[in-house]
Amino acid sequence: MQGGEIIRGLMRDVSIIGIGQTPVGEHWSRSLRHLAYDALSLAMRDAGTDRVDALYLGNMLSGEISGQAHLGALVADFAGMRGIEAVKVEAACASGAAAFRQGLMGVAGGYQDVVAVVGVEKMTDDVGSKVTAGLASAADADYETVHGVTFVALNALIMRRYMYEYGLSKEDFANFSVNAHANGANNPNAMFQRAISQDTFMKAGVVADPITLFDASPMADGAAAVILCPTELAREFSDNAVRILGSAAATDSLAVHDRKNPLWLQAAETSAQKAYKQAHIGPQDIDFFELHDAFTIMAALSLEACGFAEPGQGTRLAVDGEIALDGRLPIATMGGLKARGHPVGATGMYQIVEAALQLRGQAGKNQLAGPRIGMTQNIGGSGATIVTHILTNNLNQ
Amino acid sequence: MTVEIARHWRLNAQRYSLVGEECPTCHDKIFPPRDVCPHCAEAAGPDFHFSGKGEVFSHTAIYNAPEGFETQAPYTVALVKLKEGPLITAQLTDVQNDDVQIGMPVEMVTRKLAEQGDEGLILYGYKFRPQLAAA
Amino acid sequence: MAIMKPIKPVGIVGYCSYIPRYRIPAKAISQVWTDGKGGTPITEKAVAGLDEDTVTIALEAARNALLRAQINPQRIGAVWVGSESHPYAVKPTSTIVAEAIGAVPHTQAGDWEFACKAGTEAMQAGIGFVASGMQRYVLAVGADTAQGRPGDALEYTAASGGAACLIGPAAESIATFEATFSFVTDTPDFWRRPHAHYPSHGQRFTGEPAYFEHVLSAAKTIMSELGRTPKDYQHVILHQPNAKFPRRAAKMLGFEKAQWETGLLSPVVGNTYSGAAMLGLTAALDIARPGDRILCVSFGSGAGSDAFSLLVSDGIEGVARRAPTTQAYISRRREIDYARYARYRGKLLLA
Repeated sequence: MQGGEIIRGLMRDVSIIGIGQTPVGEHWSRSLRHLAYDALSLAMRDAGTDRVDALYLGNMLSGEISGQAHLGALVADFAGMRGIEAVKVEAACASGAAAFRQGLMGVAGGYQDVVAVVGVEKMTDDVGSKVTAGLASAADADYETVHGVTFVALNALIMRRYMYEYGLSKEDFANFSVNAHANGANNPNAMFQRAISQDTFMKAGVVADPITLFDASPMADGAAAVILCPTELAREFSDNAVRILGSAAATDSLAVHDRKNPLWLQAAETSAQKAYKQAHIGPQDIDFFELHDAFTIMAALSLEACGFAEPGQGTRLAVDGEIALDGRLPIATMGGLKARGHPVGATGMYQIVEAALQLRGQAGKNQLAGPRIGMTQNIGGSGATIVTHILTNNLNQ
Repeated sequence: MTVEIARHWRLNAQRYSLVGEECPTCHDKIFPPRDVCPHCAEAAGPDFHFSGKGEVFSHTAIYNAPEGFETQAPYTVALVKLKEGPLITAQLTDVQNDDVQIGMPVEMVTRKLAEQGDEGLILYGYKFRPQLAAA
Repeated sequence: MAIMKPIKPVGIVGYCSYIPRYRIPAKAISQVWTDGKGGTPITEKAVAGLDEDTVTIALEAARNALLRAQINPQRIGAVWVGSESHPYAVKPTSTIVAEAIGAVPHTQAGDWEFACKAGTEAMQAGIGFVASGMQRYVLAVGADTAQGRPGDALEYTAASGGAACLIGPAAESIATFEATFSFVTDTPDFWRRPHAHYPSHGQRFTGEPAYFEHVLSAAKTIMSELGRTPKDYQHVILHQPNAKFPRRAAKMLGFEKAQWETGLLSPVVGNTYSGAAMLGLTAALDIARPGDRILCVSFGSGAGSDAFSLLVSDGIEGVARRAPTTQAYISRRREIDYARYARYRGKLLLA
């Protein structure tokens, strides 16, 4: 078999049997280990299990912000599971989904039966410029960061060029933010639980032109967790398990300037196409999409790269209302990064937990009407690591 | 402060004067230099001296600077399309952010990128400014 | 008198200035300290931006001097930068410049300091290096980002800028050195101790016993030893700490306004210290014609003057246009207020 051709080898089918999350926000009295434990214990309780074979932690900045590397052993011990295999997985903002994929591979490959994956990030343990520098370390240190480029700035560079090439204005992006905030209003775990108007969006202060406050997702503390096991065992634990239909990760150049087309998320396209192929579906079969709207521009680019819109047309889905809960392709159904908040290395896990809530019919006021297939996409850096998952509530293999 | 000396020192040629590479196979001009040509995957090299002329591909202003750059804010960063092909990230200097336009011709200058505090090293490297006409 | 003449003819093969784009009008400074009622020694001065220092100023001037000379930087045998504001107390400015222009590693490099005449000293030594046959080309740069104590008379004039001269064989030159001469005494008119941020000076003592004594002596001696009079020169450039001193000295020597106005830049640039006399020289070279003679006299506190008599050669034709002229840098101008000036020049306490 040629490299890259494996669709599904001799793997076990895997399902999510438990989910847990902490509210996203400022957890002044809870540290990294506390937050991880909070989400993990909720997920284990949800799965009805008191043991896991391994723990995978998605986290980006524990070393930079909390002075803490070696997070796997720390959390395993703190959670009372000293002795199990535990490791941190880092892929910038895509750390959460990257960790999830490691857990998935552990179970699918038969190395472990019951696995916990926790995405956790503690952003508030240091001051702004230090955190900004930490986030910027997702970019190319020698060729981007050394020039004082921030993470917001990289997105601003992409957004300005995108608007220039496709003749778009700020209004075209407004509904990504308005939609996310409307959905966040009904999510008790969201950082911002207040709807905003188009007018509020348009009047927001500049962060890095053309990105204004309501284009950008807020940094926050948070942790989200799932428990995985082989699908054939899932019913023993749970009557509302969520099955993983597709999982793929892809990379692109770390630096925006090294991409042939800086306006195209190649790793999103590659990972989405792989995931579609694994799930034997196409974009038309996706009922809702938890995308990585760290910035409104990323939402547009993600929609295009995954085949939901033509290049340059991503904002049309927002303008036409197709991304709303009652639209053709609901996105950010629990608020997305924009309103739920973006606890960097935990974000990918929040997306998966939220998709599971929708598929389990537990999304409260934001519950979609009988969704069968949901997709999540977690973007690391400015698009250098992108991890796509397709989930379903249909356990029949 | 004595950190990060070698990390920057080894990049002197490219930082100070945009020395990149030319791929011997596809003749693409490469910056920053790397071991493998990103286009044809052959070994890259030899050195290629970029003219430093290019145009603004995109730009933004930074008000909330990361650690180490706080005293420079506000400053302008850009993606610059070099005349010879590559796109690179750099600060724009000697220009007001409001005056920057996509497509604006710019040229490379070597300026201070950052200082490691009052006692540390001064880091010099490429920035771009609006093209200054020769006489 | 010991005027210095090279055994083998030596000249300038490339040159350029650099002036930062920011200007603070003297009026903006006097508003802060005298309610705008005090007199001002110049119109405005050039201020380095936040990302500029002596290295970056020297480097741009050096790069453009190479553009004008059109020689391979690997053939430069020495890179010498004169300044009283080297960014490091220990670690050479010259190695950074040499690396960035591509002259390393087979080159000599060194930093020079003699208040405002550090650049012309490097030129003099360069003449010797080339004339002796030890090296074919020497790059001599004078550059400064001078600081004046807030409220002090020097604050009106202490400016940022520099110029580079690539010295080489006369046959390739745009102007040849007829002779050079130095006049030096121990005269403490202006100084700065190692850890002091701002210099101190002797106020009126900087005039007659310092500036005038040295500049006039150097200028008179080199002219008389060469058998020349002011009429033999199309351009005269005297060190310019303000607008008044060089005008007065030029008049005392018998020069007319037409001879000094091209090279008198201090009214609109300020005193660029090690760059000052060399900056004036570049402005003269920008418009000089073959056969023109140029007299250039620097002054460095402490104190001394270096005088140069130059004869412009046919090689000057078309050279100026290969890089921005000094007037082009002067007209590239963005006015700043005192607050921004204070920030750019590190006068705000940030830590």
